[in-house]
Amino acid sequence: MITRRETMALGLGVATITLLPLRASAAAGDAIAAYTGGAAVTEGGVMITAPEIAENGNTVPITVEAPGAAEIAIYADGNPTPGVAVFKFGPAAGSNRASTRIRLGGTQDVVAVAKMPDGSFMQAAVEVKVTIGGCGG
Amino acid sequence: MSEVKPRIRLPRSVKAGQAAEVKTLVSHVMETGLRKDSSGNIIPRMIINRFTCEYGGEMVVDMALEGAISANPYVEFDIMVGDATDVVFTWYEDGGAVYTQTEQLTIG
Repeated sequence: MITRRETMALGLGVATITLLPLRASAAAGDAIAAYTGGAAVTEGGVMITAPEIAENGNTVPITVEAPGAAEIAIYADGNPTPGVAVFKFGPAAGSNRASTRIRLGGTQDVVAVAKMPDGSFMQAAVEVKVTIGGCGG
Repeated sequence: MSEVKPRIRLPRSVKAGQAAEVKTLVSHVMETGLRKDSSGNIIPRMIINRFTCEYGGEMVVDMALEGAISANPYVEFDIMVGDATDVVFTWYEDGGAVYTQTEQLTIG
């Protein structure tokens, strides 16, 4: 019997890449479906840089990058409202990368969905452990 | 309403054809509309809901913000440098207020 804690300790790296995208909650799933218009979303192609452990959920630095993407949307599936931000890159953008600071109400997956110029979608997710939540109770 | 004050950092000098990293921060409470005051009333939402950066009349980044963006929204991104020097930053607040700041890139 492997406890939840052991599982997390064991496979953080692997789990972050392979398992977490499947665990996106219904609310985030609905929000992503609304964004994509129900189109299929392939895994990968988006890089998310976020801390594994955030001591303060009020301000968690996050960087998203998706080469060639027209837009990148960020969702936090454990927040009261899952939508976080949508970046649209214009013709004068120097990269398909953006950074910001977000609020996370607790430990959860952060999902980034990239919209490609051909209308296809790609996504990636990372888990961020939050010690103090950032939604003000 | 506390003062909305943008702070912008551009590279000291950039070359045409290169990407220039831009860092922006605007002082704002980003009130989510989920919090309650001491007497239990919900504090109405008041956030910056959109941020844009234009360079030489072309869009660099057009960002939609939700309540899950931290107070004092910080945004970092890259501009593809051309001939133009004017960079226009605009923040749109709930309720319709718009804050604009123009900065100059030093090309050379």
